[in-house]
Amino acid sequence: MSTFQLATLSTWIRSSAVWRSIVRHGVADTNRNRSLIIFENLFLHVHPVKVREKTLKFSHTYWLGGITMVASFVLFATGILLMFYYHPSVPQAYQDMKELKFVVDNGVFYRNMHRWAAHLMVLGAMLHMLRVFYHRAYRPPRQFNWVVGVILLLITLLLSYTGYLLPWDQLAFWGVSVGTNMAKEAPLIGKPLRFLLLGGNIVSENALLRFYVLHCVVLPVVLILFLSVHIWRIRKDGGVQGPPEKDASEEVEP
Amino acid sequence: MSQAPQPLTPVESNDPITVPKRVAMVRPDTRPTLRQSEEKWVMTFPHLIIREVIMFMLVVIGLSVIALLFNAPLEDLANPLLTPNPSKAPWYFLGLQELLHYFPPVVAGVVIPGLVVTALVVIPYARINLVAGPLWSGDRKRLATGIAAVTGVLVILFSAFQCWAIVVPSVLVAAAMFVARSEGKGKPFRRFLTLVTLPEWVMTWFVLVAAILTIIGTFFRGPGWSLVWPWNMYPPA
Repeated sequence: MSTFQLATLSTWIRSSAVWRSIVRHGVADTNRNRSLIIFENLFLHVHPVKVREKTLKFSHTYWLGGITMVASFVLFATGILLMFYYHPSVPQAYQDMKELKFVVDNGVFYRNMHRWAAHLMVLGAMLHMLRVFYHRAYRPPRQFNWVVGVILLLITLLLSYTGYLLPWDQLAFWGVSVGTNMAKEAPLIGKPLRFLLLGGNIVSENALLRFYVLHCVVLPVVLILFLSVHIWRIRKDGGVQGPPEKDASEEVEP
Repeated sequence: MSQAPQPLTPVESNDPITVPKRVAMVRPDTRPTLRQSEEKWVMTFPHLIIREVIMFMLVVIGLSVIALLFNAPLEDLANPLLTPNPSKAPWYFLGLQELLHYFPPVVAGVVIPGLVVTALVVIPYARINLVAGPLWSGDRKRLATGIAAVTGVLVILFSAFQCWAIVVPSVLVAAAMFVARSEGKGKPFRRFLTLVTLPEWVMTWFVLVAAILTIIGTFFRGPGWSLVWPWNMYPPA
């Protein structure tokens, strides 16, 4: 009887019928298995099996879109945790902030992380957009994906803005009051739109509930929808587009 | 591209350009060309996936460290009867709120954001953004007149509202555009400037104006939206 070895255990698990029923390929020892890892996985199969080597260079995209997306994942994770402790009512919403800070285990950490990740997501989306512009990556066939990107930026701003009210402190209340007072100025639709958004003529308990529903349900769903379209179209348009490529001068007639 | 045909010589090579091994049907209306160098492809797993995982971890670790070091702001319970002075929107709207200081609310709150979103959406559909070459590659005289005229209109318009935060960067960008007319003494930056296209100049102008307005709104505006130094700001930005 030989001594216990982790590698033996690993091999035993990987060759078990249960494991093989979940993961239908072997370890990544051949290019065939490396391909299977990608296209037999729901979450990875948005990738092609092979990518152009130059797209891996940092300066190709500066990873800005990816960083923005990771920020959104962090926001989903911490946001769900925060929802367990949050009541969208006045003044309980504010009391919940105090509870998160003084009572809930790691509550202040998750709130901090949610806040800073939100800033990162807004900043990341803006920088990503600038990167795409200066690399002229909006050119055909990617025109519509640029428009989807603009929509995603607006959704990101709305998400951040609706979340801004939820702590129901002075900062939140007056920040949102200032913004919604500006929306009021739109001709014809301004005032009805503001009434619809706030559930009244001032920022009140109704506004808090509406912002909560928008922030936690409506906007995240819309974000996931447009984000899926955005990512899917990147794949369909031939992967991430970096700096403008050299054209005809690189080509020769045979 | 068409040159006089080279005299035929036998070649010993595996280079697909010198020794074509593929038979291809080429329609007469297309150009049969090959790339000089084949692009290199790599397996997504592990090359891309490992980078994505590292990026994911770096972002999460970075955010965790920031979350441990800095607390999210939390002020007193909201009080509709006690307006803080100044009351500010979140940072990404402070550029617009700064504009509110110069323009009527309908301009700062509706017209300008509307124009910005519209301009962003049409970018990939405007021909200029697809074909633009280096700024001064076309009719130089017409362009110089055009830049001078547009800058003049912007300067007069925004000076009338005493909005120097837009006037100054507009003049600076216009000046930089004229600097880009010549390569100078071949310094790398001057050479780089000559290659910048018109859409890139316009976007740079927009980003500069937006950044300056946001920074002023965030760090330099105190009670009654008056100009203050960041170190005199209370509460601090």
